[in-house]
Amino acid sequence: MTDGSNSPQQQGNGTPTTAKGEAPFIEMRGISKRFGGVRALQDVNLSIHAAEIHSLAGENGCGKSTLIKVLSGIHMPDEGQVILEGKAHNHLTPDASQRFGVQIIYQDLSLFPNLTVAENISFRHHVETPVRLANRNVMRKQAQAVMDRLKVSLPLDELVGTLPIATRQLVAICRALAADARLVVMDEPTASLSHQEVEGLLAVVHELKRQKIASLFVSHRLDEVMDIAERVTVMRDGRNFGTYPVSELDRRRLGELITGHVFDSSVKPPFSSEAAPALEVRDLSCTGQYTGISFEVRPGEILGLTGRMGSGRTELALSLFGMNPPDSGEIRVNGKSVQFHNNREAIRQGIAYVSEDRLSLGLVMPQTIADNTVISVLNRLTGRLGLIDGARRAQTIEHWIFKELRVKTKTADRPVQQLSGGNQQRVVLAKWLATDPRVLILDSPTVGVDIGAKAGIFQVVDALAARGLAILLISDEADEVLHQSHRILVMRSGKIVGAYDPNRTTENQLREAIYA
Amino acid sequence: MSPEVATTAPAPAKRSSFSELLARDPTVTLLGAFIVLAVIGFGALAPERFLSGETLRAMAFQMPELGILALAMMIPLMSGGLNLAIIATANLSALVMAAILTRMIGPESPAHVMAGAIALALGTGLVTALVVGLITGVIVAFLGVHPILVTLGTMTAIKGIAVYATSGGVIGGFPPAILFLGNGTLLGFPVPMMIFILCAILIAVIMNHAPFGVSVRMIGSNEKATRYSGVATEWMLVGVYILSSLLCWVAAVVMMARFNSARAGYAESYLLITILAAVLGGIDPNGGFGKVLGLFLSLILLQMISTGFNLLGFSPHLTQAIWGATMILAIGISLVRDKWIARLWLKST
Amino acid sequence: MPNDTSFLKRAFRRHEIQIAAIVVLMAIFFSALSPGFLSVSNLTTLLESYSVMAIMAAGLLVVLISGGIDISFAAIAAVTQYLVATILVQMGGNWLVAFALAVIFGGLLGAVNALLIYYLQALSVIVTISTMTFYFAILMFVTDGESIYDLPDWFTATIAPLGIPFPVAVAAFVLIITAFVLNRLSIGRQIYGLGGNLEGAKRMGCNILGLQCFVYGYSGVTAGIAGLVQAHRVEEVVPNALIGRELDVLAAVVLGGASLQGGIGTVTGAILGIVLLAIVQNGLTLLGVSSYSFGFVTGIIILASVSATAIAAKRQQKRTIGNVA
Repeated sequence: MTDGSNSPQQQGNGTPTTAKGEAPFIEMRGISKRFGGVRALQDVNLSIHAAEIHSLAGENGCGKSTLIKVLSGIHMPDEGQVILEGKAHNHLTPDASQRFGVQIIYQDLSLFPNLTVAENISFRHHVETPVRLANRNVMRKQAQAVMDRLKVSLPLDELVGTLPIATRQLVAICRALAADARLVVMDEPTASLSHQEVEGLLAVVHELKRQKIASLFVSHRLDEVMDIAERVTVMRDGRNFGTYPVSELDRRRLGELITGHVFDSSVKPPFSSEAAPALEVRDLSCTGQYTGISFEVRPGEILGLTGRMGSGRTELALSLFGMNPPDSGEIRVNGKSVQFHNNREAIRQGIAYVSEDRLSLGLVMPQTIADNTVISVLNRLTGRLGLIDGARRAQTIEHWIFKELRVKTKTADRPVQQLSGGNQQRVVLAKWLATDPRVLILDSPTVGVDIGAKAGIFQVVDALAARGLAILLISDEADEVLHQSHRILVMRSGKIVGAYDPNRTTENQLREAIYA
Repeated sequence: MSPEVATTAPAPAKRSSFSELLARDPTVTLLGAFIVLAVIGFGALAPERFLSGETLRAMAFQMPELGILALAMMIPLMSGGLNLAIIATANLSALVMAAILTRMIGPESPAHVMAGAIALALGTGLVTALVVGLITGVIVAFLGVHPILVTLGTMTAIKGIAVYATSGGVIGGFPPAILFLGNGTLLGFPVPMMIFILCAILIAVIMNHAPFGVSVRMIGSNEKATRYSGVATEWMLVGVYILSSLLCWVAAVVMMARFNSARAGYAESYLLITILAAVLGGIDPNGGFGKVLGLFLSLILLQMISTGFNLLGFSPHLTQAIWGATMILAIGISLVRDKWIARLWLKST
Repeated sequence: MPNDTSFLKRAFRRHEIQIAAIVVLMAIFFSALSPGFLSVSNLTTLLESYSVMAIMAAGLLVVLISGGIDISFAAIAAVTQYLVATILVQMGGNWLVAFALAVIFGGLLGAVNALLIYYLQALSVIVTISTMTFYFAILMFVTDGESIYDLPDWFTATIAPLGIPFPVAVAAFVLIITAFVLNRLSIGRQIYGLGGNLEGAKRMGCNILGLQCFVYGYSGVTAGIAGLVQAHRVEEVVPNALIGRELDVLAAVVLGGASLQGGIGTVTGAILGIVLLAIVQNGLTLLGVSSYSFGFVTGIIILASVSATAIAAKRQQKRTIGNVA
């Protein structure tokens, strides 16, 4: 009855065994994988104990996704073995992996929005024998049984598409269980969850553990790893950088392990300026979203706005950007009272908005870096006959992409989706800087950006502030806001509940304010 | 399941000249190669008739109406949509113009009456087309209905109006000024071809160098992200369908001039061919990518094949069947081509 | 928490009820203007003449639910009709043989669509427009547009099992089977899943190629059966009789609530859609409006219906998510 308490004592590349010398539940040994000329994995070992809560942490591109795909049988490793309960597999197929009990929950959950919760949970029932009568009662019973095991209660007859994401995540976990999972692999599970919802998820994961089901989180979010996992395996550049009990780590140490950089824990000195505010918000309200919001940001100041999901921050940001008309209150840009009917008007007044969702809202992925850079300023680049002046376009791109933001690429004429997350974010910044903004609203700018690249992004942000831009930094990561802003506002349930000076506040105090 | 890599982004060059051309722009190079093959092939099979000046002239007069309609199909395709109503729009527009012309003038009408009537007819035809485009664009852009459904609806409705108003009959007999647009030559060059080339150049310039064109391509790849970047995507989409319908009007003028008549059911077989020409010409049916040059070359190729088949005595039904099969082939080719380009990119980086 | 529980369910039920309400309204409207409208003979004739359409609608519905579209079914019906009739005329047979042949030919022609869509990774609208062109052109090329007049007597003899006219009986049968497959068979539920989330379906291990072949094959089968029933009704096989009906069928199915995106749609809705279309067209005829106007009316109905659905969806989206672009 292995319950994971026989924790291995090791750091580094050793193959762990339990103190008793039993083989671990799942072991990956010496996995190497190449794609064309790129080596994704090199001699990676991973071991997972039965019923343990394990995290696989590392920056984007470190190989964790590839490793998972090898475990699930989607990719065949060039070298190495996957050993499931002592039995070695050289060519594991997806079917074999699933039959053993490896169930992967992707970040998009892969549920069917047009089917009920019960049908989603028991969907495998349909796949196994298609030409059979779908027995609704049997499926409902199975779904109910799974829910009982996990001690959750989900509305069985609701269509999944109508449910909030936290509920959908639970549906996905139930589905994995219904498929007789013995290891549930979750990809960035807390990315869209509020703190309360994370607690809910944590409870379920512990219940999984009690059911003798192991969980593996793939993550690069330090909070998630520290809160949830028992052991964490760190990956860097395709190699296993060690497996550690989480109890022996703190966030800073974990971050250092993942990136290899020492964390900067400096805080910005207080900001003072005689200049008139670039952005003033007075008593702004939008029914059902936020009420009575008032603040101001001066040129050169970085104002941090934090709060959990659902606190109204994004809705507020979109109101400032003209995409979500408020019901009452006033917005002033450079002293002038404005009322935006669409985001073009906002841009013209000097407001730029870097969206949280870079992949589908921030950039047009299949199109070139060049086109993505100038898309917001096309009308400013026209010359005779209303056509785009090629020289000025090239100049804009040269200036912002290569000179100012130093995007790592040989040419701007390749699709932007070929760039890394950090470089993509630089293109986004280039696009908005080209509009000559006075106010830059950054909404979770480092989501999906490696911890190492984050520092680079914030260097750029600091430089922009130094040049006189007023910056509103929205983030739900308390530490990010603490170290990167001059002032912090906390939002909760649509209201601003506190203002904090980073020099006089600790991370914990901030977190308490956010999640109170 | 769209190709992930830009089909227009030039792939890195290689050594020999043909491979180099192939790598830089596979679509254009392949089409060029096929055109040469077609000339050789048909030339061999029917030398005197295919390689004659008369045949060339016939092709030069036949191609423009299809070409302009293909341009009308290309623009919605680039925006990520489709306009299935182009033929119906062209026919309705032509019928409106034909009705005015035949009612207002006869062979003995004085010149100024003729000029006035022609102007009125052309103007009304244009307005008709624009109204159709506006309605289509508004429903697609502001109501968010899928372009296939909208244009199927408008196509049915427009054809219905046309059939109802004419009881399925023909309206014909236009003044020489109109006929000239479809059958005349200027300095030896066929007028309809000039109109087509003018349109093609205009569209190419717009799609590549005008803010509208660039925005449309971005919208085709990701409408929401383009909107978040401050582009008035709804209005752009309305513009797409208005522009498409405008081209239908131009095609209508050329068609009625060539046939000296207008009818509700004309040129229906063209619909598939315009989509075929677009796909063959490198325009991605998922939106965002494509060049006018590619479309132009594929049209030449298709026209050659069509004429060649005709000369060889193929039944028009057989030709239609071949178009259907060619479309399938074209999709297969573009799939292979895109995978190949993706591999080239992978190797160069 | 947003109060949008079972919004989709409610909305859809609302949609079917809306259509049903419109049907009733139209029926009242037309019967007021033209007393003969609600007569038994008129209604029976109506049922019979739209049976063919109903059969094709069943197949198209399945394709739409799977997230695709099929424009080639009318061409498949025409080709199958011709093939089966030729065989029956040459070699004799009975209804069992006739239906078996129709199912086989229709299914094969439909499956071709599935193979092309899957292996070429192409848009279903473009593939099916191509196959439609190809099938129909080959048919016209081979037959030269000639009809088959001398169909066997047993084929054209009027049958009425249980007093129900044969076309109506076949249509009812096809619709019931379709409803059964969609609601009660696992493969039907997988089709809903496929339409709801293609990636999800792949990850769940659904046999995508198998499902596509089933879906487009089913559309082909129903098209084949429809072709047979059409030939039985008009007592001849005319190659281009069914071409052009595609849009009517699509209009009816979309009216009934099926969406081009996939994952939504029911047989009930499709039936209501056809009934609505039939009532409107028949009503217009009885009022003396030329049948030339049908195209226009159908087109307007399509536009009105999809616009109304879109507006309703947008309003609901604004209410639940609360706002934003």
